[in-house]
Amino acid sequence: MSKLVPPIPKFLRPAPPRPGQNGPGRNGAGDENGNTPGKRGTGGQHGTAVKLREGAAEGGTQVVGWLDERSGMSPIVRAQLFRKVPKGTNWFYTLGSATLFAFVSQAVTGVFLAMYYNPDPSRAYESAAHITNEVFLGELVRGMHKWGSTVMIILIFLHMGRTFVFGAYKYPRELNWVIGVLLLVLTLAMGFTGYLLPFDQRSLWATVVGVNINASNPVIGPYLADFLRGGAEFGAATLSRFYALHMLLIPGLIGALIGAHLYMVAKLGTTAPPWLKAEKKSLSREEI
Amino acid sequence: MAPPSKSPKRKSRYTADRGVAGAFEGETMTRRGVMTGGALLYGGIASAAFGLPALGFALGPMFEDGTPDVWQDVGVEADFTAETYVPKVTNVVADVGEAGKTTIYVRKLDPERDSKSKSDKGKEPLPYVAISTRCAHLGCPVRYIQASERFACPCHGGIYDFEGKVDGGPPVRPLDRFYTRVVNGRVEIGERFSVNSELERFSPRDPSSHLDGLWQYLYPARPST
Repeated sequence: MSKLVPPIPKFLRPAPPRPGQNGPGRNGAGDENGNTPGKRGTGGQHGTAVKLREGAAEGGTQVVGWLDERSGMSPIVRAQLFRKVPKGTNWFYTLGSATLFAFVSQAVTGVFLAMYYNPDPSRAYESAAHITNEVFLGELVRGMHKWGSTVMIILIFLHMGRTFVFGAYKYPRELNWVIGVLLLVLTLAMGFTGYLLPFDQRSLWATVVGVNINASNPVIGPYLADFLRGGAEFGAATLSRFYALHMLLIPGLIGALIGAHLYMVAKLGTTAPPWLKAEKKSLSREEI
Repeated sequence: MAPPSKSPKRKSRYTADRGVAGAFEGETMTRRGVMTGGALLYGGIASAAFGLPALGFALGPMFEDGTPDVWQDVGVEADFTAETYVPKVTNVVADVGEAGKTTIYVRKLDPERDSKSKSDKGKEPLPYVAISTRCAHLGCPVRYIQASERFACPCHGGIYDFEGKVDGGPPVRPLDRFYTRVVNGRVEIGERFSVNSELERFSPRDPSSHLDGLWQYLYPARPST
């Protein structure tokens, strides 16, 4: 069992004792030269410098050790960092991480946009214009959020395409595919709810039409549209409702589902590319 | 000890028969079972205590009549004729602000030309025709073209005739209208109502909600109306 655990990487191992040192017991009252605390005199400064240097060198290990002793995280972290990936793993396997990165960037820029944005029908457009025109780096942060949303949707579709083409949705990963589809739907919902927030003509009427598309569902449509609008007509309640959905409810759900998605990836591992499996099969046949 | 599933006493409803430690005479449920059930029950009650009001809070507007009952002045009677529509820019909902401004087309009722609505039987018809520009397909704003006496939608090519009845394209019912009245020589516009292909009045519906044939039963009216 212990053989299966990969060794601790070099940078996490405690430094081996240097020549001339007597190992760990050097914090005693006297050092190896027989100096007692009272006789420090000449060698005192030199000793302190050495101690500081050693302390700095070991500090990282000590902090990690302190955390590990209390959390027991190191086997989990080690299993994550040094887990085996199949042969043939290539750049297409980074699309999921790229989508995650896009989500994190959306979350961070979104939090900072919320510091200046005001979801009031009479103030929303002005506050968005204020972010773009007056806030320091506001144009950049808003631009990152706006274009980043498109990037995230492109990446999530590419990731889905990779999973489909590589057959990575098959047993035992079906549940992760289902979670991924939920994440796709929630990401599109983020795009839909976020589109209204600049509250200009384009975003308002696009959202009106979007809500009406929901209303065209038989039976549940009219109720769904009323839920989205917060009433029969598109009003001030709609804007604050979309804002709450956009920055609290949907991101929370996405975060939780990403956690489940990543847990399953760590639990089940990634699949080898389909062409590699084919090669292996032909190889084994030859061997027989 | 035999495997528990094979013991006949295991199936007894009395805990004493099943060999549960500290069982009382005639006791049928274990204390562990009571604690588990109780914890689930009280946890459920506590969650429902905040969850249900929050849910009602979010869903409440679906069951309320949210449209304000206001009459908006759109001009004196002399501004309007029966031959063509006059566009009036208003806010159907006042608090939606500048971005939510929309157009209402208004004209005088032409008793000769306008078809009689069943809803007006035995009543005076509305003195003015106020047509909502919200397309009955998906809610894009339609435009009135006097040369063809048609309303045209820019999104998916819905076409309506002079009375707002569907002439072509995907819309499922005529354009919505607003109640009208004349007070002291000034025309006022009230609440929205939807009409079916015979211009019969219905409570306001969403675009794409059918009001004719069997389809109308798939698109229920608001609970508040």
